[in-house]
Amino acid sequence: MGVLFIDGNQAVAMGALHAGCRFFAAYPITPASTLLAAMLETLPAAGGVVLQGEDEIASIGYCLGASMAGMKAMTATSGPGLSLYSENISFAIAGEIPVVIVDVMRQGPSTGSATRGADGDVQFMRWGSSGGLPVIVLAPTGVPDCFTLTVHAFNLAEEFRCPVFIASNKEIAMTRETLDMGPLEKPEVIDRALHNSGPFLPFQAKAGMEVPAFLPIGGPIPVRQTSSTHGPDGYITTDPSEIQAGVERLQRKIEAHVGSFSYFDLEEMDGARTLIVVYGVTARAARAAAAELLRDWQTPVSLLVLKTLWPVPEEVLRAAAEGVEQVLVVEMNLGQYVHEVRRVLGNQRVDFYGKMSGQLIAPAEIIREVKRV
Amino acid sequence: MSSLLNPNRPPVFCPGCSHDRSLQALDRAFQNMGLSTSEVVIVSDIGCSGLFDTFFDTHALHGLHGRALTYAAGVKLARPQLNVLVTMGDGGLGIGGAHVLAACRRNLDLTLIVLNNFNFGMTGGQFSCTTPEQASVASGFLNVLEKPMDVCTVAASAGAPFVARTSVYRKDLPELLVEAISFDGFSVVDLWGICPARYLKRNPLSPKDIEAAIGELPPFHGPVDTNERREYGSHYREKAGRKKAELNWQGTEQVFEPPVKKRRELVLLGSAGERIITAGTLLAHAAILAGMQVTQKDDYHITVMRGPSVSELIVSPAPITYTGVDRPDVIAALSQEGVNRRWDLFDQMKPSGRVILATGVEIPATSAQILEVDFKAGGIKKKERALAALSLLAATGDPITSEMLERALRETLQGKRLEEALQVFQQTGAIPIPARKP
Repeated sequence: MGVLFIDGNQAVAMGALHAGCRFFAAYPITPASTLLAAMLETLPAAGGVVLQGEDEIASIGYCLGASMAGMKAMTATSGPGLSLYSENISFAIAGEIPVVIVDVMRQGPSTGSATRGADGDVQFMRWGSSGGLPVIVLAPTGVPDCFTLTVHAFNLAEEFRCPVFIASNKEIAMTRETLDMGPLEKPEVIDRALHNSGPFLPFQAKAGMEVPAFLPIGGPIPVRQTSSTHGPDGYITTDPSEIQAGVERLQRKIEAHVGSFSYFDLEEMDGARTLIVVYGVTARAARAAAAELLRDWQTPVSLLVLKTLWPVPEEVLRAAAEGVEQVLVVEMNLGQYVHEVRRVLGNQRVDFYGKMSGQLIAPAEIIREVKRV
Repeated sequence: MSSLLNPNRPPVFCPGCSHDRSLQALDRAFQNMGLSTSEVVIVSDIGCSGLFDTFFDTHALHGLHGRALTYAAGVKLARPQLNVLVTMGDGGLGIGGAHVLAACRRNLDLTLIVLNNFNFGMTGGQFSCTTPEQASVASGFLNVLEKPMDVCTVAASAGAPFVARTSVYRKDLPELLVEAISFDGFSVVDLWGICPARYLKRNPLSPKDIEAAIGELPPFHGPVDTNERREYGSHYREKAGRKKAELNWQGTEQVFEPPVKKRRELVLLGSAGERIITAGTLLAHAAILAGMQVTQKDDYHITVMRGPSVSELIVSPAPITYTGVDRPDVIAALSQEGVNRRWDLFDQMKPSGRVILATGVEIPATSAQILEVDFKAGGIKKKERALAALSLLAATGDPITSEMLERALRETLQGKRLEEALQVFQQTGAIPIPARKP
């Protein structure tokens, strides 16, 4: 197999195709619009549907309709468009509708800088929908991750029937790099579990299960889908105990299983006093910094690259931070995920370095922060 | 055929509500068409129209306010054989206006029934986009200031091929609904009725008044001849079926030994329209032919044909982590605005570094070697400068050779463009280049 030279958006498109995506809708926005182009080049020929929505609200709405009819669906946007997705993200949570949402982050706030990168939406993805129930967020560090994590994202959306985000960044999505197809990790594809026996209640999880079996709208058995608070039968409920049981299940079905999808790279160094915790494109600078610290300064540092951001992989964080004197969180924003790290690590020393100038954080900046201790 | 109404959920509209008549007429239409519960999808909006899906025993999708048409379109594109109906009030029509216009333009085979009762019933009787100016509603004087919208005229202007306006009290309503549902394309039915709980309290309105008011507006009875055209879904499938996948999954195999097995950082500094990024990708392709790892990070303004364009490349025999370039080995300084964008790079360069400098472009002091080239005198157009710079770089054999570059060119370009590019190589080779000390 040869070597491809593609950007992160193209790799997401390839991952989506591999995962069985058959529906894509998006509204053009830099730096996500080349993903719309890549999907348009590939999906119709594969028998799928690509729509250019009249706005972002419609784009995710089309995806939710197609997903309920049984297709694997994906949409892509950047910060300003993610703002418009909000009401439909909460619908996907409430209605347990599988959907993959690619947020190609750009420097913000607001319309910000369309052609400059940032990681300013990592809390917004988690909390930017009404009701505050959990979602899954995966963060690629480059082109190979864009492929592999997109396949995982579809699998998780199918398995847990929920929205799953790819937290991309202009610096990944529009930066080309060599991709060797040979050693590339290609996860096995998972499809949503279908209801196959007994009476069908659209939101009834079987005993011992937390995710209801799916039937598509349009099949032989009529299916009810609703954004309103519902019982297992899909009708509105006003029973407080049924309501509480419903929202607790929506929380538990995702948070209780984070251990099964905590993707990360941990590079532990003997004698390291510092653990750098990092995600996204900044992980690349951190790798370069860690190598240089060891080579030129005889300073070993450990490195934790988180690829699952939400739910927070708390066990992974605690285990990685055990025994180090300092944890340094580096982010392309003014300090967001560091709050989660501080929450999880309690009394341990957690420092932060970040900026949101539209530039990458350079290895030299990380080295400076490590040496500051 | 039997009724498709939900035996477990009898309708619970207010006494005298016209929605009850709409519901019965819709059920009658389904029966007349011989449809079964699994052949119909009711996508309902928010407000009293949002109760419709519950009262039918069909497939049902109830989502957010104004967005019903978007869910419906997703369902219909995924399963074209279904009869997909949207029930929406005049409230949903207003908040979802963009989706209504898009649906009219697109002409996907959906049926939109606007249950038009001139106010927001469920939230307290506020004015909507169809409330008459003279009506008295729960929004104080605000509705007096705004002109109500004629749903049908708007839909027809936006391209809907089937538009009908009628009163819920008309006896032939089921027949009209059958016509709308059977129509192969997007159909809109503006269905006028009375909200007894809110609107009627302050505004006397009888079925006769509704009939008279409809009579004063432009008539719409169904097919709009000027908008007649192919249905979107079938047209889409026909177009998509002819498309070939353009994504290359095969990639490039190594065919050269790398001339230099060292990491090199290269920066092309130019302007939009000078094919800077294309040149960067070509350089990358050439290096990949020798089995090198490459990253290409581009920087440009949002303006398409104006402003600086910068391409930063790293070529390395080992995997590349950080993609930024802070201390380049090679800079091609091709335009002033490109140079100005990365003015900081030049004094970071090592003495072994090289700058390919277009005559007339000013650069800051640098310890790198400077190769000044008068592209203009050599007959090289601005948009070919980046390609010419690559050819000069390849002539040095570090990190690519001329042979690698030419092969990359032949693998990426065809026909006239390939000939033009090869011509640029020849012209560049003929430019006399005096060496200049730093």
